[in-house]
Amino acid sequence: MAADGMHWDPVMETMDGEELRALQLKRLRGTLERCAGSPFYREWFKEAGFDPAAVFSLEDIRRLPFMDKDTLRGGDPTRFLTVPKDDVVRMHSSSGTTGQATVIFHTARDVEAWTELVARCMYMAGVRRSDVFQNMMGYGLFTGGLGFHYAAERIGAMVIPAGSGNSRRQIQLMRDFHTTAVHVIPSYALYLLEVFADVGLDPRGDTDLRIAFLGAEPHTESLRRRIEESYGVGAFNSYGLSEMCGPGVAFECPAKLGMHVWEDSFLVEVVDPGTLEPVAEGGEGELVFTSLNREGMPLLRYRTRDLSSIVEGTCPCGREHRRISRIKGRSDDMFIVKGVNIFPMQVEKVLLGVLGVGSNYQIVLDTVGAMDEMRVLVEVAGELWHGEVRELNRLRSRIMEELRQEVLVTPRVELVEPGSLPAGEGKAVRVLDEREHARED
Amino acid sequence: MANQVNVFAQNQPGRLERLTEVLLEEGINIRAITISGADDYGVIKLLVDDPRKAFDALQREGFSAFLKEVIAVVMDDRPGGLHRVCRVLGEGGVNVEDAYGFVFQDRKTAILVVEVEKVSEAEEILKAKGLEFLSDEELYSL
Repeated sequence: MAADGMHWDPVMETMDGEELRALQLKRLRGTLERCAGSPFYREWFKEAGFDPAAVFSLEDIRRLPFMDKDTLRGGDPTRFLTVPKDDVVRMHSSSGTTGQATVIFHTARDVEAWTELVARCMYMAGVRRSDVFQNMMGYGLFTGGLGFHYAAERIGAMVIPAGSGNSRRQIQLMRDFHTTAVHVIPSYALYLLEVFADVGLDPRGDTDLRIAFLGAEPHTESLRRRIEESYGVGAFNSYGLSEMCGPGVAFECPAKLGMHVWEDSFLVEVVDPGTLEPVAEGGEGELVFTSLNREGMPLLRYRTRDLSSIVEGTCPCGREHRRISRIKGRSDDMFIVKGVNIFPMQVEKVLLGVLGVGSNYQIVLDTVGAMDEMRVLVEVAGELWHGEVRELNRLRSRIMEELRQEVLVTPRVELVEPGSLPAGEGKAVRVLDEREHARED
Repeated sequence: MANQVNVFAQNQPGRLERLTEVLLEEGINIRAITISGADDYGVIKLLVDDPRKAFDALQREGFSAFLKEVIAVVMDDRPGGLHRVCRVLGEGGVNVEDAYGFVFQDRKTAILVVEVEKVSEAEEILKAKGLEFLSDEELYSL
């Protein structure tokens, strides 16, 4: 394949809808055949009474049950493999401690396919060989770092693997090496504006930035515009999840009217999170993905818990890969702080471990300066202490340290009197999100 | 042996008012009070005429309270009174976790309230050196 100035992968990107469906069916059948070779899927198909050879339309996949994080967490992750273990060249893992993490294995071909997908996204947004790309995402187990890194190199841009944090150095690198494109968490992009002001610089005039990829965190349209205006860049929304590969699942084209799902590689369904039935055309629901071009560890009908909808109509860019709208929320209680996925259950587990008994708690998310702050309010019942301030200080430090280890974000822990927090279950009560960028426009 | 009520409270306007209101409603008389704070919370320690009643009432009203055994050591209200007690405790190897003192109106007697880890052991050491300490009843009849 060769880029044509507008498309990185002209064959895949210019396919019409009908050709895409045909390719999807072909790849789905291949994926199912491959799955039948793994211990997990053999059992999965048997239990569902599903014959992978009897799939003649994309709708036939609805006869399979959904997979979710719990499916992946149960037991040895290698049981999902459809290749010998030695063919695996990389693993990535979602946030959470080892016991809870979801692990995804990649073969060399999977890494290659993923790189091509992200290169397609970056090229679509305008990145070329002449660009200098500063990757301000965390490297490591998190897919946002390496995913973009490999793809930018593939295009031939120069990559500055800056990683996250160290704001003054980020600015210095941008200026020294004339960075033109960045990949950044939106809330960090806001924070960095303050640092620019502190050092007396204006990103519009004092840098060569022209493209910003915003990822790992849902954000509003107004926040995007604010970033575009303050930095003088075009900002592009990115959607991905490590279970599907990472970034590169869906991406905005220059029209910025939704994110194109690369349908040659993923089959997307939108279902009602309550009934699990498909929503009406264009309706809002939970995104469910099936990987169509993954070798090592294909996933079938994986529930993302992300709420979105298919954007109807045709895109002015001409690509017929269907688009999804900006992520509107979650169908579970997960929340994201500084790009890290966190579940209230993790907080609950830590509190139970430290206190020995369950305690009423609340998680409050705030914007302090331009950064996210996570506060954990814990009620101190009479049986939890023996009347000394010292004890309470120790208790608070321990909760803070153990939370930091569990969720990888350092929270502020506040001890509060019994009965001062709303009692009850559910996300609305447990998590109070008062962050600026989380608010609706 | 004497008892003191320790109460956890958030550092917020009105909390102390609510706490003292509960004690007022129960007709509790306060002999001494100390407040020690961390940044956003603190512990209020109360020496009262009926610690059990005060503790029950505070618990009932939703306060996180703790009934703590303390030693109320009698001192002479004159130079060297406190020093004598401290020397006995120090020589006996007793570590004082928290303490505060107050003086009676007769200007002859003072009381040092000490919190220690092993109460009965500390009491033995004080007794052996001829020091007196007061029970709840004695403390309140003063």
